[in-house]
Order: sequence, then C-alpha cells, then structure tokens
Amino acid sequence: MAGKTLYDKLWDDHLVAITDDGDALLYIDRHLVHEVTSPQAFEGLRLAGRKPWRIDANLATPDHNVPSAVEERVHGVDGIVDPVSKLQVVTLDENCDEFGIEEFKINDERQGIVHVVGPEQGATLPGMTVVCGDSHTATHGALGAIAHGIGTSEVEHVLATQCLRQRKMKNMLVKVDGDLRPGVTAKDIVLAVIGKIGTAGGNGCAIEFGGSTIRNLSMEGRMTICNMAIEAGARVGMVAVDETTLKYVEGRPYAPKGEDWDKAVAYWKTLHSDDDAVFDKVVELKAEDILPQVTWGTSPEMVASINDNVPGPDDFSEPVKKSACERALQYMGLKAGQKIRDIKLDRVFIGSCTNSRIEDLRAAADVVKGRKIAATIKEALVVPGSGLVKRQAEAEGLDKIFVEAGMKWREPSCSMCLAMNSDKLGAGEHCASTSNRNFEGRQGFGGRTHLVSPAMAAAAAVAGHFVDVNEILEGAQS
Amino acid sequence: MKPFTQLKGLVAPMDRANVDTDMIIPKQFLKSIKRSGFGPNLFDELRYLDEGQPGQDCSNRPLNKDFPLNFPRYQGASVLLARENFGCGSSREHAPWALEDYGFRCIIAPSYADIFFNNCFKNGVLPIALGAEIVDRLFQEMYATEGYQLDVDLEAQTVTTPSGEVIPFEVESGRKHCLLNGLDDIGITLQQADAIREYEAKRRKEAPWLFSRSA
Repeated sequence: MAGKTLYDKLWDDHLVAITDDGDALLYIDRHLVHEVTSPQAFEGLRLAGRKPWRIDANLATPDHNVPSAVEERVHGVDGIVDPVSKLQVVTLDENCDEFGIEEFKINDERQGIVHVVGPEQGATLPGMTVVCGDSHTATHGALGAIAHGIGTSEVEHVLATQCLRQRKMKNMLVKVDGDLRPGVTAKDIVLAVIGKIGTAGGNGCAIEFGGSTIRNLSMEGRMTICNMAIEAGARVGMVAVDETTLKYVEGRPYAPKGEDWDKAVAYWKTLHSDDDAVFDKVVELKAEDILPQVTWGTSPEMVASINDNVPGPDDFSEPVKKSACERALQYMGLKAGQKIRDIKLDRVFIGSCTNSRIEDLRAAADVVKGRKIAATIKEALVVPGSGLVKRQAEAEGLDKIFVEAGMKWREPSCSMCLAMNSDKLGAGEHCASTSNRNFEGRQGFGGRTHLVSPAMAAAAAVAGHFVDVNEILEGAQS
Repeated sequence: MKPFTQLKGLVAPMDRANVDTDMIIPKQFLKSIKRSGFGPNLFDELRYLDEGQPGQDCSNRPLNKDFPLNFPRYQGASVLLARENFGCGSSREHAPWALEDYGFRCIIAPSYADIFFNNCFKNGVLPIALGAEIVDRLFQEMYATEGYQLDVDLEAQTVTTPSGEVIPFEVESGRKHCLLNGLDDIGITLQQADAIREYEAKRRKEAPWLFSRSA
C-alpha cells in the first residue's frame, strides 16, 4: 500500500463518518470568524433556536470593514465613519457577546486580519482543521493544517455542528527546489506557480508545497504561499511540519504548554507526506528560474517577470484566453508589447493577509530606507496585519523608515486589498499591491491592480514605475 | 432552502472565462447583514455605468447597454450560460445569493471554482458542469435563437435543448437529494450528533491540546 500524503493523514484524523459513496463528515478544530460573512450565520442559528456546538473552538476579530486611518481608530467602533461598515462590526460584537465567543475587538491590540491573528496567537496550530468564511483561510495550511474558506451557510453549519459535510479533495504537489535569486521572495514563487498552472490549475485539489526552496522559507513566507493557493483554484494549500514550524509555534499564547506541548510535538512530527505517498498531480519549478513577478492583467494568472513585456492576444492560442487578454489590456489601460518596467504607478499598497507580517514589512523597509518615494506616487500605504505586528514594527523603527520615505503608516485591517473601508483606488489608477487579487474593481471602482511582493512594491514606490528591486538595493538612484 | 426539481427557463450568457465572485457581487454590497436583496447588484460593475452603493435604488442608474443581461431578449432569464472556472476568487456566499435573488436558478458552465460550486447547492441554485464543446455549442444555439430556453430536470439529471437533444449531467447523490427536497444540511448533520460526540471524546484523549485553549 502506498504511503499517505500530509492531506491524507489530516483527513483521516478528522473523519467523523463517511458514506460508501464518499460523503464525509469532517471535524473542525478551529473556526475563525470575521464581520462580513458571519451575520447571516448567527441569524440562522437564532432563527432555528440553535447554539454553537463548541464555543471555545471559535475565535473572532473584525478586519474587512475596519478603518486603517488613525483618526477613525482612536474612537473604536464609534469612530467608523461609514454607518453600513459600522453596523457590520457592531453586529459581530453583539453576536460574539450573545453566544459567548471570544473576540479581539477593534481596539484590542491582538485585533488584526484574521489570517495574521490566528497563527500569531497560536490559535491555529499544526494538525488542525481550520475554517473561516474567507477564501484566504488557506494561509493557515502553512502550519501543516487543513485550512480552507467556506461560505456563510457552512459558517452556520460549523457553528451548529463543529463539522462540515465534505468530499475528499485530490492531492497535488507543487515542488520548488534550489536557491532563490536575490530579491526573489515567497510572493514571487506563488505568483510564478499561478502563472504556470493557471487560476483553475488547482481546482478540486489540496496543494502541498514542498521541495528545498519551500523548506528554506520562514513561516511568514510559507503563509504567503499557502494564502494564494486559492488563486490557483485550490481551496487548501499546505506545508509539512518541520523545525521551522515548531519554533514558530512554541510559546505563542494559545499554543499548548508543558506536557501537552511534548505530546503535540510528537504528533506534529508525523505531519509530512510519506516518501512513497502518491499525488494525483505534481508540478515542479526551479527556484533559479523565478524572477521578481508583476501581474499585468485582471486575473492572478496574468503575470510576468519584471524583465518581460506585457503580452497581447496573439501570444495566446485558445480563443477564451485571447479574448480574456484583450479585455484585460483594455481594462488595465496597457498595450501589448509594452515593457512591464514602463508601467507607471499612482498608488502603492503594502498589506493584506498575503503580505502584512513583520518579515514583509522589514523587506519593504529595507528598500525604502534612506530613500523617498517618487513624487508621482499619490499615496503609499503600509498597513500592518495586526496590532502586534504594528507594535513589533514600531519597536524596530520600521514605521519611521516608511514615514520618512513619504509613506503612510496605518492601523491593522484588510484595507485596500478589497477596499471595504475607505482605502481605495480611483478609476484608472495603477497600484503596486502586495495583496492577492487583481480582479476588475477589486481595489476600487475602475482601479488597476498589479500584484507584487513587498520588496517590489517598495521598489516601485521609490521609482514610480516597476523596477527590479535589486537595482534599487544596489544603489542605482531612481 | 427552495427545492430544485425541474426548470424550463430562458437562457442568458456570461461569455467570459474566470468570472470571479468580486465581479458577481462587488465588495461594497457585502456590508449587508441580510441574506436577501442582492439581485439588483448582480454583476453591478458590468450592468451599470456608475459605481453602485449599498442601499441605493438601482432603478434610475445608467445601464451599460452593451452588457447582455440588459438586452431585452434576456429579460426574465433563469439559466445562466457561462465559461470555465465560473465563480473563482472570494468565498462570499453573496454571489449565489445575488444570482438567486436576480432569478437564476441554474448555471451551466464547463467548470466552477470549488467554494462557489459548493455555495450554490446551499441556496437552491444548481450548477451544472458540461463539456467545454457542449457549452460552446449551447452558446452558439442561444445566440442564434431569440427566446432560447433549456429544460433542466434534476431528478433525471438531464438538460433538454429546444431541438429535443437530451444532455445528461452528473451530480453527487447527497447534494441532489438535498436540492430536490430543499433540505437543510445542519438538520441532517445533527442526526449524527452521537457520532460527533464520540469522535470528540476519542480526540480529547489523543490530542487534549485541541480542547484546552488558554491564553
């Protein structure tokens, strides 16, 4: 019998029941809750007279609607100017209070983007099943967990039953080996993977990211990669547990301690695919082939290297892709054949559940330190992923570096990743963004998003257009 | 949930690949704390020329006359014909809520994003996956025939075209059962409450740290 993949092992360990034709009931260890996708679920519970099955399995924090502006934040919930956003945050507070669910409220220092908060608190752990009404829940798979997004009906289902009805996904391995070039980061790896397999390449699959390049990444880097598994169509992205994982988890507030820690570690050390495990699909990349990536279109698969030109419809053979390219160029206001480097930027956004952790902020700060952002950049926002990331960054003086460079240092929230608060692009504006989606209108009506790493976003801020971050770091003046 | 059994409905096109859920229902409408009322904002950025706001009366907004859902011939459509990887991106269940509220009860496409596909079944919307060539042919027939209708029979798992061609489709048996009968998943799962408790008791012994969260 063939060995098991990491996904197989975690699936088996969480199986409550399964029918002959594969309809399974899977136990959920951790349910993360935010304000946007939960109100209708709580309302459903109330209407049916149901109670949460296991209250301590839930943890909530508001993030999508939360303002990033300091002026709004000092007044807590009352400071939220948009009444519709405010009602949603208030509703989360009320629902958590009513059902007794622990919540890091808006001005709690532990508040932040739910996918930054979970691992940071040790509330999401290796070996867990983690769900949240948010597709970027795949992030937590970096710890060696099954983690994925769910809709609001499933949020209600998990609250009421602590389980989900599921069918097993296929196993896919994305293997990246070798040493990364200077200036190339986890974000560039995952964008290159999406460019290779396409935005539907992982549909129906749980992707395990493996290989020496992934092994050598920090936990922050692994989270960035798993976060964007959904942009390759896979609900689940995961990385095997190793010493890096254990070091990251140890000592976090909600992580096990003492005897429990030893017991947990013994189990967690088994959380890797067996050598003879069989994957349904395998994709391999060489790290040395990956250059800094920039998306040019309106789907994350529309991505190129910094040295490339913007492609045109003639570069695609399938009619559907040709017309998608044509439409994307029109929306983005770009011409086929124009250099990626010549794309001029209006705004820069460093933040989101993909890239708002301390390491991301350090990478961006390294680039802008002692430099100024280009005069043509209207605004460059830096939005830390949580109150604790913010505190750490300030302790390291990163906030001062950003502000001295002409950037704005904000309060933790999802912010301009999806523009549910007041941080948004104007129509036609180009943005170098460390977020995860370049869909039409995502960052604001008519806004044009280019996805990049934090280092590349910072380099673009300095140059006013895209540039290889190495050129900035090597001292070439913009 | 409304049961889905049979549907004979007018077909409308969404003729592009990788339609994401941001496109189906833009983020500003996600601020609602209700499940209903999203229909007027379905495909908001494509349907209207201005930027929509939550709670706004859409009846006087400028329409994008080039967008098919605004064509007179597609008014009253209940079947949406779409392309590859429909519903990708965000997990927002507001996407099927908006489709359903607008009047779509069935989607036909070559493939779907996983979370969206799953969300449809929770809301009485049937997403049917057919081969890319078949979908392409349905697009051609639809464009050529004003008033083009399809007959969808979930029990029989068939789509019948106006010419009488019967196209079979696959659907998982559990999902089919729930959709046919309009059943709520939670009620079904709670019938297995003992199995869940048994699992928890076993797990509590094997992995106690999962049950003791103390900061």
